[in-house]
Amino acid sequence: MNEERTVLSGNEAIARGAYESGVKVAAAYPGTPSTEILESLGAYAGPHVEWSPNEKVALETAMGAAFGGARALAVMKHVGVNVAADPLFTLSYTGVRGGLVLVTADDPEMHSSQNEQDNRHYARFAKVPMLEPSDSQEAKEFTKMAFELSEKFDTPVMLRTTTRVSHSKSIVRTAEPTVPPVKPGLVKDPVKLVMLPANARKRHPVVEKRMEDLARFAETFPENRVEWGEKKVGIITSGISYEYAKEVMPEASFLKLGMVYPLPREMIRSFASQVEKLYVVEELDPFIEEQVRAMGLAVEGKSAFPLVGELNPFLVEKGLKNLPPAAQEAGPKLPARPPIMCPGCPHRGIFSILNKMKLFVTGDIGCYTLGFLPPLSAIDTCVCMGASIGHAMGLDKALGEEALGKVVAVIGDSTFFHSGITGLLNVVYNRGAVTVIILDNHTTAMTGRQDHPGTGCTLKGEETFEVDLAKLAKALGVRHVRTVNPYDLAAVERVIKKEVQRPEPSVIISRAPCVLSRREKAVSGKPLAVDSDLCTGCRSCLRLGCPAVAWVKEEGTNARGKKRKGRAAIDEFLCNGCTLCAQVCKFGAIKGNDGK
Amino acid sequence: MENRVTNILLVGVGGQGIILASEIMADVFMEAGYDVKKSEVHGMAQRGGSVSTHVRFGPKVYSPLIKEGEADIFVAFEELEALRYLSYLSPHPTILLNEQRLNPPGVSLGNEDYPADVKAVLSRRAKTFKNILARDLAVRAGDVRAANVVLLGALHSILSIPEKVWTDHILKRFPPQAGPVNLEAFRLGKAS
Repeated sequence: MNEERTVLSGNEAIARGAYESGVKVAAAYPGTPSTEILESLGAYAGPHVEWSPNEKVALETAMGAAFGGARALAVMKHVGVNVAADPLFTLSYTGVRGGLVLVTADDPEMHSSQNEQDNRHYARFAKVPMLEPSDSQEAKEFTKMAFELSEKFDTPVMLRTTTRVSHSKSIVRTAEPTVPPVKPGLVKDPVKLVMLPANARKRHPVVEKRMEDLARFAETFPENRVEWGEKKVGIITSGISYEYAKEVMPEASFLKLGMVYPLPREMIRSFASQVEKLYVVEELDPFIEEQVRAMGLAVEGKSAFPLVGELNPFLVEKGLKNLPPAAQEAGPKLPARPPIMCPGCPHRGIFSILNKMKLFVTGDIGCYTLGFLPPLSAIDTCVCMGASIGHAMGLDKALGEEALGKVVAVIGDSTFFHSGITGLLNVVYNRGAVTVIILDNHTTAMTGRQDHPGTGCTLKGEETFEVDLAKLAKALGVRHVRTVNPYDLAAVERVIKKEVQRPEPSVIISRAPCVLSRREKAVSGKPLAVDSDLCTGCRSCLRLGCPAVAWVKEEGTNARGKKRKGRAAIDEFLCNGCTLCAQVCKFGAIKGNDGK
Repeated sequence: MENRVTNILLVGVGGQGIILASEIMADVFMEAGYDVKKSEVHGMAQRGGSVSTHVRFGPKVYSPLIKEGEADIFVAFEELEALRYLSYLSPHPTILLNEQRLNPPGVSLGNEDYPADVKAVLSRRAKTFKNILARDLAVRAGDVRAANVVLLGALHSILSIPEKVWTDHILKRFPPQAGPVNLEAFRLGKAS
């Protein structure tokens, strides 16, 4: 067999597993920590791999492929499953023909998310089995098993990772792709696929029977396994928590669960009966623990390990060995280093104006959410994809005249395609006096610049139709649609001032490519410089929060005798000449390096 | 071959090439016959935030994360970031410090002070301490971006893995025309 070893991330390994399984169609919306799965899969020849506008569309596309007998993969971050929950719950009833695997990449600790929901609950809620790998080799193998289980039990299978599994790398043995057993083709089966009440009523008992079958299967599933050690401590665990527990207490006995739903109850009962003290080590919610307790077994879980945030070897050891809190190494308070908009980012100018106008800004999910941080401090709400527009609408309807001219919604182009269109449709339909700024940087920036329906390019790099945002807004019924250059601060201020006062819907499209884009450039790339003779130390440029502009403490006077406490300086390696700082400087102290 | 796990913690700022350096390390340790795991979080960290990458190798590695208090080797790409992760250091760590300061927003705005005497704090804390002017050496090698490879060279000098394994994997990661610059950066790091 052609097998080689390579170091892969959990995400790359899932892509490899899907490829080795002969997946035909894969769909996703980018979202940390899941994004690299489809990016990696896109590099293999064979499967159709797409960025869908959102997770619901991605799952529905995968369903269609599976109904057609092909193996299909849908990938999303944990909150993406909320968007895809509608098809998911009924997909559980229809089942599949070709295998269908839904990857949910959860984000304990919220490294890059708005909540840390534990998506294992979805498996129980939607009545589908869930596998959970612990490292990259398992991520690949479990993906392959998930496809097999999906076909064997006629069910979608969820594969759950967490950030530490998705983004950690370890050694993987790869294999050659296989041909799936089901042959794709059109097969009519309306009683199974048309979920009218009469048919759905027939399917629900099938689902319950399937879960019973799966629970029996879980008892002999080889990835639910006991690793006997000393019997003083027995640990039931899965996913990354297994690795942490194994690290800090390798001598203990382990029941490692590769399938976290449904649980192998007899296996658990037998394991529990043979150890002195039973622990469940799991991140976030007591999902396994509560089911073990419901079996009437005595177990320690969330009494020993935190309910909130990510686990790590330190926390797991502390819980298992009942250690006292460690003495912190005393040190000075250090300046924080939060993520920040890039130098030359097209969002910066918009947020500096929103800050200046003191508007209430309903925000959305993307790089521009960083507009919340000082000194820009110009985001007032952020909840989920597309919510900015609904929030602005609700404020308008609740406050009427009082809010007119004081509220604006900001949403990125990719987020607008994901979930903003229906919100805007509602604003028009229900006569909202809402202004929406679409921050069109021509990419899905925060997750690493993925394409979307407005970029004219597919995941595979093929040319495709490019949606025109202005025409789309007009087609939805917005009469006032303006496009601005976000690097022209005076124009941005003028347009926002005018549009927010309108007692009817309006859309402002801030159009300039992401400064990291390799395809398009809107900034000169030529660094600016501060003329120290002219700088008065007024700090206007610093209020833009650009990483390229810094304060130099230096009390004295400038060349014109103006007293100052310091002066601004521009880092020529970081600056790319977006000119915003030159525009806000009232003293003409910021110029191009050529003196212009 | 070492029969315990070696823990290497790399810290710095998004954009300094830490992740690429750690990828090369993981390949090198696998090729040298070890089990290896590495972990970091991407996403928001790309945007100039604080970055830490854990690399662990040995006969068998379970956790991809180093336990606090157990980092044997600490490679700090930036001075302030070095101070942020002191609780991860083992009692007798080897510390490689890239002498470079990147101001965080609070310092750029003049609201906070960049900590003083980072070198002194680290050299007191280390069993073996080495400070490296990686940026200068990278410029001398021909490209300021090769500072991460300079630090790999310095790391090579304290581990016992054949040089060819390192240079092979460094060459694999760059386009052919960038090969000589990076090999020179590696050599300068090794000699530093």
